[in-house]
Amino acid sequence: MSAVEATLEVVDLVKHFPVRGVGARQVVHAVDGVSFSIAPGELLGLVGESGSGKSTVANCVLRLLEPTSGSLKLKGREIAHLSRREMRPLRRELHMVFQDPYSSLDPRMSCGQIVAEPLAVQRLLPRREIDRKVDELFDQVGLRAELRHRYPHELSGGQRQRVGLARALSVSPTLLVADEPVSALDVSVQASILNLLRDLQEELGFSCLFITHDLATVEYLCDRVAVMYLGKIVELAATAELFAAPKHPYTQALLSAAAVPDPEVQRSRTRVVLEGDIPSPIDPPSGCRFRTRCPLEPRSAPASHETEPPLLDVGGGHHVACHLVAAGEAPTVADTAAAAS
Amino acid sequence: MSFADAAPRLSPRARRRRILRRRFLRRPFAVIGLVVAVAFVLGAILAPVVAPYSAAATDFNSVLGHSSGKHLLGTDELGRDVFSRIVWGARASIEAGVFSVLIAMAFAVPVGVVAGYYRGWPDTVIARATDVLLAFPFLILAIGLSAILGPSLTNAMLALGFGVAPQLIRVARGEALALREEDYVRAAIANGAGDIRIMARHVIPNMIPTLIVQATVAIPAAIIGEAVLSFLGLGVQPPTPSWGVMLADAQSYLTQAPRLAIYPGVAIFLCSLSFNLLGDGLRDVLDPRTTR
Amino acid sequence: MSALAETAAGPLLAVEDLSVRFDTDDGSVHAVDRLSFELGAGEVLAVVGESGCGKSVSFMSLLRLLPETAVVTGRAQFGGTDLLAAPLSRLRRIRGREIAFVFQEPMTSLNPSFTIGNQVGEVLRRHLGLSRAEARRRTIELLDLVRIPAPERRVREYPHQLSGGMRQRVMIAMALACDPKILIADEPTTALDVTIQAGILDLMRDIRERLGTSIVLITHNLGVVADLADRVIVMYAGRKAEEAPVHDLFARPQHPYTIGLLGAVPRPGAGAQRLREIPGRVPSLAELPAACAFAPRCPRADDLTRSQVPELREVAPGHRVACFHPGPEADA
Repeated sequence: MSAVEATLEVVDLVKHFPVRGVGARQVVHAVDGVSFSIAPGELLGLVGESGSGKSTVANCVLRLLEPTSGSLKLKGREIAHLSRREMRPLRRELHMVFQDPYSSLDPRMSCGQIVAEPLAVQRLLPRREIDRKVDELFDQVGLRAELRHRYPHELSGGQRQRVGLARALSVSPTLLVADEPVSALDVSVQASILNLLRDLQEELGFSCLFITHDLATVEYLCDRVAVMYLGKIVELAATAELFAAPKHPYTQALLSAAAVPDPEVQRSRTRVVLEGDIPSPIDPPSGCRFRTRCPLEPRSAPASHETEPPLLDVGGGHHVACHLVAAGEAPTVADTAAAAS
Repeated sequence: MSFADAAPRLSPRARRRRILRRRFLRRPFAVIGLVVAVAFVLGAILAPVVAPYSAAATDFNSVLGHSSGKHLLGTDELGRDVFSRIVWGARASIEAGVFSVLIAMAFAVPVGVVAGYYRGWPDTVIARATDVLLAFPFLILAIGLSAILGPSLTNAMLALGFGVAPQLIRVARGEALALREEDYVRAAIANGAGDIRIMARHVIPNMIPTLIVQATVAIPAAIIGEAVLSFLGLGVQPPTPSWGVMLADAQSYLTQAPRLAIYPGVAIFLCSLSFNLLGDGLRDVLDPRTTR
Repeated sequence: MSALAETAAGPLLAVEDLSVRFDTDDGSVHAVDRLSFELGAGEVLAVVGESGCGKSVSFMSLLRLLPETAVVTGRAQFGGTDLLAAPLSRLRRIRGREIAFVFQEPMTSLNPSFTIGNQVGEVLRRHLGLSRAEARRRTIELLDLVRIPAPERRVREYPHQLSGGMRQRVMIAMALACDPKILIADEPTTALDVTIQAGILDLMRDIRERLGTSIVLITHNLGVVADLADRVIVMYAGRKAEEAPVHDLFARPQHPYTIGLLGAVPRPGAGAQRLREIPGRVPSLAELPAACAFAPRCPRADDLTRSQVPELREVAPGHRVACFHPGPEADA
């Protein structure tokens, strides 16, 4: 860790949800021991499929949920178990952009009011100044000033997402959490929002936790990437390195499964298709959680059935949680798995 | 769905109102309901103008008279003009019907919102209590409370409000439960907004359409409830007219002049039906999934 | 690899001047404007476009799955029948039997109250008149065809017991039950996880090869198109913008919208090269512009494109563009 204090430091974050059922008390292991940090001005991508726990991590970081255990340090200050009231002044440092541009804006408020709300709640600026700041924010996100009087349902998905961004940036947060901010948008609109995010980040210098299932977006935007599977991080590395040389079998499978928009390339790659479904987070597999779908499982047994692989630094800040990698091997899923028919 | 780039000719609010108006007008039953309900309300308000006679004016020369030029619907056992009494009686019904619902909402909405928003033990307590009350038919509750409070129009209003409240609490609670999960509520929490602010600015305003519809559905129930209470002597006291009182009085003359029961009965029926149709239409029109 | 678009007997489906208009509260919306295309046997045709371009509406109109407010004109020749003019009874025999639809949301397309076996079996019993026992046997066969493990067990399960990917496979099984000539898949993988998507795409490829079913793939995901399609139609604002064999389209796009679309997708390995944005917004569909629909956002727009509707022109074999200034990028 560098001498500069990390914007966000997460250590062993755990979040379990009780399942109300008959009989034995069951628990959803949404997040089961996740650790990472985000440096000032850094964009960290958090990638995973359903059940990976990435959205739960986001909600915990934003303290919309209280972690079951673990430490969350925002600029050095522990926030994991602060009360609502204690959190309130800290809300200036954190903000969020949501996935759904339709439900993230109150349909009964005008866009100007929506963007002004954090300022009003935090009482950062006097009334008169708020108006001016809202105009400034609209300009920053590329929206015409007169749209502040319109209502969300009159704007397109891309415009709504810009309003959401303006709202999040109104308090000049140190950390922006973006939970799938472009998944619900059209392709061409996605591009403009991604570019906007990149530009704003360069201009304003905030840190960003970017959550998505789309690997290509992560490669475009983020400095480092963490891959999650069933509540745990399986690989964490600098973006370029992760994409050039993924070490964890799941990461490899994920990269392989993502269809490339180029028929020459797409049809000539060896593709790995994982068998089976993603197991339920209520009853995750013992030991290595990926072992039920890992094509290399025969090689990693019995260790992979018994112990969870720890997230180890295998050099240059590249962390992998895999028994085979820890044993010094360099497993490649492509040679063992059946190539796509 | 796409939107015109240029500024629309109408303001956004006005456009939405126009769309809703057109949708409403396409539903003949709703329009009929609106017209008749408004007619009753106006009749009640303008009773001194509309009714040819006062409610208490007796004329012992034409007792139990049939419809005639002087008396549109005839006279009752004391020679009072039936038509005028129907009109004056509308006052009690509309007043009791509308105000009781308003009273109920003023109480039920905050209670329901608190239950749905906070969940946990406030919700458990409120929800269970409401469930218990919902187990009783609305009229039983109203009659029970009315009997305790004593007969009067005001007490009838309170009693009816009490009878209608549990259903409204349930609706408000349901809406709050759903709205609480909306992303914009989470955004408000992320802003650092307090609970009161969130409930007042984000939750309640977004449940208003549902509440409007519930009100228009509760009103006919209250109107009938008022009639029942007056019939039982628990509401409006004679000589103040009320359709329920008229029904009660008509009992003794059922064989001689059944029309004395039929007229107020039809009035109750039409009045509550019109509000019902209006409520149904509004619910349809305000549903975001409706396309026409 | 690509099948012939026309066999000796002509294309499987020939659509001519299909137009769909919705009459709503807010005025008319012209969702599709004079769309024409052909689909050959055993061919995979991808229809690409962003939301509101009319891709889903076009195909739903062929089977009359649209609400009453829709006004549909044009011709759609399928075998000896014009789908748009056929009586509903004829259409009912075609739906699910000769032309099958797979929708986007496997979560909600299955009835939660009935078992999988019951639902797939219903299609078989109704369309093919199979007995219960025969239907059950065929159901298990179908589930196996779509690579659902342990199909004998699954027939007794309910939708909620299956994952999203499984449910989508069941939907595909239902669609294939009567061995249809055409399978129309509307965003079949959009709601699924990446690793599951790959499996479904493989399955669809398999189906095409083993059963010879033609597939219409409606999607906005260019990766899926690159993976599976033989030919591609790009739609914009209800009109066809470009149509080409898949390799041609990706390598040599000619319509500025296609070029913009391809540039807007982040590609693995492209590094930090800035994504291309298409300025402006999709136009309102309330009026049919008497000009190129893309003109307001097009770098090649001029007086001509702003005053006339471009017709489709062939710029290379099998490659047609509706543009007055088609051609590759000036600055690649």
